[in-house]
Amino acid sequence: MKRNHVIYALFIGVFFIFLFYSHQTEFSPGMQIQQHFIIFMLQMLKVLPCAFIIIGLFDVWVKKETIQKHFSGIRGYAYAILLAGTTVGGLYVAFPLACSLYKKGASLQLIFFYLFAAGIFRIPMTVFESSFVGVKFTIIRLLISLPLILIFSVALGTYLDNKGFRFEECS
Amino acid sequence: MNILFITTGILLGISAIANRQKTIQAIWSAVRKLQAILLPFFLMIILVAIFRYLIPDTMITKALSVSNKWLGMMTASLVGSVALMPGFIAYPLCGILVSNGAPYMLISAFSTTLMMVGILTFPVERAYLGTKVAIIRNVLSLLVALLVALVTGFLYGELFS
Repeated sequence: MKRNHVIYALFIGVFFIFLFYSHQTEFSPGMQIQQHFIIFMLQMLKVLPCAFIIIGLFDVWVKKETIQKHFSGIRGYAYAILLAGTTVGGLYVAFPLACSLYKKGASLQLIFFYLFAAGIFRIPMTVFESSFVGVKFTIIRLLISLPLILIFSVALGTYLDNKGFRFEECS
Repeated sequence: MNILFITTGILLGISAIANRQKTIQAIWSAVRKLQAILLPFFLMIILVAIFRYLIPDTMITKALSVSNKWLGMMTASLVGSVALMPGFIAYPLCGILVSNGAPYMLISAFSTTLMMVGILTFPVERAYLGTKVAIIRNVLSLLVALLVALVTGFLYGELFS
């Protein structure tokens, strides 16, 4: 992953040089991109530190045995939905949490189920959706996707177990 | 996101009262994790900024206002896969599209891909899962979105109309 990070850093450097020159020459697209950048950056600054602190607390306080015991079997899937429903932000918060669950010994099947479910069952999103589009619509979406993500996560988890998969960045 | 601040504050407070040492450890763990993933996150924020400049929300609304349900569904899943929108923008948009007569299968494809498939978040995802597994997860998510959209279309009587 080190090589990727060098490429990322280069790209980020070029981006800031671009912003700098946009300022110098009052290049309008550059200024607009900067506006979007600042707005989204502030959104991330509101979510990420809190999310990572909660994940840090989870790391320190929740015992490995607790996760191994509760994150297994049918009850494990119920907990995964509960966790997915209360995940804030978006997938970018679900990944670090999944990595912590992985380190605490949750099965890959459950971790992928959680990741899929974090896209589908987030409670604020579900409430928003049902009020703007319709309750029937949301119920259909939830009921149809549940068996699909169950099948896909079990299949993917089992496949990766056999391949000896490990999380890459999981400090 | 005020609830998030309050929740984090309360949890930190309880943790600090229960055990100072562990709380400091937790904060260090948070800092370490955030720092390890900082570059991919930065890249993601830049990509989103460029995307939002190139394809503003008004253009997304226009792109999704097509009457052909198949073309609409394909466009919706493409746009949903790339875009990264907060719910308070995405769902009112869906509501407007529905009242303008957009098929439900289009809305379903858009809403599910928006939340499950992440092309702009790919740098972050790949840092955790690796390139291959990140691609597999996104492809499976797209598949879920399309299947759900088809069933939605069927149940709303749009599929064979």
